[in-house]
Amino acid sequence: MSRLILQKLTKRYGAITVVDGVDLALEEGAFVSLLGPSGCGKTTTLRMIAGFVPPDGGTIALDGATISAPDSVLPPERRGMSMIFQSYAIWPNMTVEENVAFGLKLRKLPSHEVRARTAEMLETVQMGHLAGRYPAELSGGQQQRVALARAIVIKPAVLLLDEPLSNLDANLREEMRFEIRRLHNAFRITTVYVTHDQAEAMATSDRIAVMNAGRVEQVDAPHLLYARPRTRFVAGFIGRTNLIEGMVSGDVFAADGFSLPAGAMAGQALPQGPTLVSVRPQSIGLHRAIPQAPSGHPVMQGTILERTYLGESWDYVVQPSESGLRLRVAAPPLDVHDVGSAVWLALDPAQLAVVQ
Amino acid sequence: MASDQVLPRTVTARTGWAARLRNLEPIMALWLCLALALAFLVAFPLIKLLIVSFETRDGVFTLQNYATAYGRQRYLDALFNSLKLGLLSASIATVIAVPMAWAVSRTDMPGKGFCWAMVMAAFVLPPYLGAIGWILLAGPNSGFLNVAWRFVTGAEDPLVNIYTFTGLATVIALHSFPLVFLFVKSALDLISSEMEDAANILGAGTIATMRRVTLPLAGPAIMGGFIIVFLETIALFGTPAIIGIPARINVVTTQLWQFFEHPVRMEVAAAYAMPLLLITVAMIGAQKLLLARKGFVSQTGKGGERREIKLGPWRWVMFAWCGGVGLFAVLLPVMVLIQASFAKAWGRGLSLDNLTLRNYRLLLFEHDMALTSVWNTIWFSAAAATIALIIALLVAYMVVRKLSRFGDALGFLAMAPFVIPGIIMAIGFYAAYASPPFAMYGTAALIILAFAARFLPIAYANANAAMRSVHPEMEEAVRILGGGRLKAIRFVTAPLVKRALLGGWLIVFIVATRELSAAVFLVGPRTRTMSVLLYDLSEAGNFEVLAAFGGILLVITMVFVAVGMKLAGRDFMLRRS
Repeated sequence: MSRLILQKLTKRYGAITVVDGVDLALEEGAFVSLLGPSGCGKTTTLRMIAGFVPPDGGTIALDGATISAPDSVLPPERRGMSMIFQSYAIWPNMTVEENVAFGLKLRKLPSHEVRARTAEMLETVQMGHLAGRYPAELSGGQQQRVALARAIVIKPAVLLLDEPLSNLDANLREEMRFEIRRLHNAFRITTVYVTHDQAEAMATSDRIAVMNAGRVEQVDAPHLLYARPRTRFVAGFIGRTNLIEGMVSGDVFAADGFSLPAGAMAGQALPQGPTLVSVRPQSIGLHRAIPQAPSGHPVMQGTILERTYLGESWDYVVQPSESGLRLRVAAPPLDVHDVGSAVWLALDPAQLAVVQ
Repeated sequence: MASDQVLPRTVTARTGWAARLRNLEPIMALWLCLALALAFLVAFPLIKLLIVSFETRDGVFTLQNYATAYGRQRYLDALFNSLKLGLLSASIATVIAVPMAWAVSRTDMPGKGFCWAMVMAAFVLPPYLGAIGWILLAGPNSGFLNVAWRFVTGAEDPLVNIYTFTGLATVIALHSFPLVFLFVKSALDLISSEMEDAANILGAGTIATMRRVTLPLAGPAIMGGFIIVFLETIALFGTPAIIGIPARINVVTTQLWQFFEHPVRMEVAAAYAMPLLLITVAMIGAQKLLLARKGFVSQTGKGGERREIKLGPWRWVMFAWCGGVGLFAVLLPVMVLIQASFAKAWGRGLSLDNLTLRNYRLLLFEHDMALTSVWNTIWFSAAAATIALIIALLVAYMVVRKLSRFGDALGFLAMAPFVIPGIIMAIGFYAAYASPPFAMYGTAALIILAFAARFLPIAYANANAAMRSVHPEMEEAVRILGGGRLKAIRFVTAPLVKRALLGGWLIVFIVATRELSAAVFLVGPRTRTMSVLLYDLSEAGNFEVLAAFGGILLVITMVFVAVGMKLAGRDFMLRRS
């Protein structure tokens, strides 16, 4: 049975529906991210799970018991969850140790156990030597570790993280990303992680729920979200992509400038009629001369229209000769083509994703 | 993992309206209590004031009160005098304070610490004490300045006469200029040197830059300070009563006081108080508009660095100006007061055979009211500060945490006394609660409640700022870990706002200890405060005893200011005030 289940969860503020019928289920020990642009309703969803915001529709169930419904909301303090806030919310009037011990003391554990578990937890997050410090004397990364320790030490039923890394600088963010995943591997706490940063979500999560305008667009493992985006929004939001409109008739997918046998697109159901596919820039081959492509792999001649060097790769915009398409193609740094030069493009049908 | 969990068992939440009631009721109950308290303290006295002004004693509607209040030339003159006095005092205060603020904020003038101390002292010194000091300094016959002037020049006529309109306005300005100073200095602090550099590079000198760039940028702040001093002046009772009545200068506040002499004509006073109330509301509104437009100052203010302008020899001129203000506003009046308090006859000046402790002995051991009034003052003020702060705190918590959709209404009521002159507040309280069924006239409770109402905005501004400084996530972190709202308040919010609230409490306490214009209308024979007793003594004209009593009041105020500085920071009185 799933540990945490969200069903048709809805929240309105006045005329605006910020969370619109969200369905989501988390297995025991799962790490799921809510990923989306700002204003997509991900933080509101998280705060409904925490019990700070009552829903206007739908339910939240924990271990089979309903904890949130429009007319009855179990207060946050009785949910046995814990949360890491965007501002960390480390209490400045308590030392690091007191902060971490607070949740255990609320549970009326014997003091020797509180001490032992606090000390152990602080060692786990490498903050043992700073136990006596006050938060004002800590760096941002250290405060973040205290927040993690304070949330995890009570072994919560569900751990909630609200954009926990958005206030850190880039290097620290990368380090803390791995720290969060490491702690999850060690404790296996069911976790919901809210972020607008896809790299963060990819590095930490088992599954990602991409949200847009209050709805969940797709829930999948990170690599599948990238390779098989199912909606136009997901294809555009996760990484960069080319969206190509085409037409399926019979056994052939035909687009402007190329066509391929529908059966070559690895196991994806192709509805008849107009169809949209997503092609990642990295999955298009860029060649100086006509390449040797397997049968069923379309090859097109084209011209470089624009180029930008991004550091890790080139970003070319190529126009195929007999087509109105403009395709973004990525190439390694030493594959240099001048604007206006002729090139050949090779598509791998297995890399194409059908998008709604 | 599951067996290791220490979390409380999650339970299905109660469903239906019973749960809803359970969740909502405490907040609604609190809201209702606060609404009642604020209605009692703020709304009812004001409404009652308005009603009384339109009624005969028997409760029949009439316009007669207004006809009486505005039907005599003397009353109209008083109204006109108040406006003139306000304008003159505010002008003098502005002239005094703007150069000081500029020098302290922008230049390399020496002695800035001394300057601050003088501003702070002028702010803390009760205005009526300054007034008494100035009677000793500039009374036409035996004032020290005039005696010295005659001695040096052999002239017959006095150099200065405090019992004149200008004299009165100057004394008020010398006490109220810190308000302009604070406004203007904080505006000047926001103007970056680059703005002045930009004028310099285009060919403007220091003076031209100051005149054409710096001062216009501070213009709205100067206007704001001017308005506040104007309002302070027209609502002031102590100084006009002590200096104005002997000089036969009648203003609105002293006229209101006369309506309360036997037979008390409260309904006429209520009608007569209306212009003061309306002017204050209108001017505060105007000031809000003015300061809302000052965005153009702060917008670019934060970025640029600020350098001190090198004044060269002129810095000593500026220092002399600031020193002179400190001398006349604080040092001289306080010195003559201290001298008089230890003198057998103050006019004989400093000499050994004139020294005595008699005045203090009389007050501390023989006077039947002096010690009682000290005790009254301290406990009335402490009780009022506590009540005001508790109400302010609860309202601020509801407003800042948005616990109720109608929280803002409470916030509005808590801030409303800000636009009500204290003297009008007092008349409102008198009208509402002095007679049966409340019959509270002369009781300690009435004075305490009036003080609490009068200084509620100060307490609320402090409490609101303190609450805002605690991020709501600080409390949410407690709740998600298993503590309720009360635990969150006890372990996190309360410790975090403690210091700020202590500062707020002390400010209310200190301003309450010197309050005169409301107290004078509400005290009974045994509930007189120090300020009222001081005023009563001034009517008797025994300046030595009066000065000694002022000395005691000053010492008490200074002790609490010192405690406040120690606990809540050096500038706790001047912040946000």
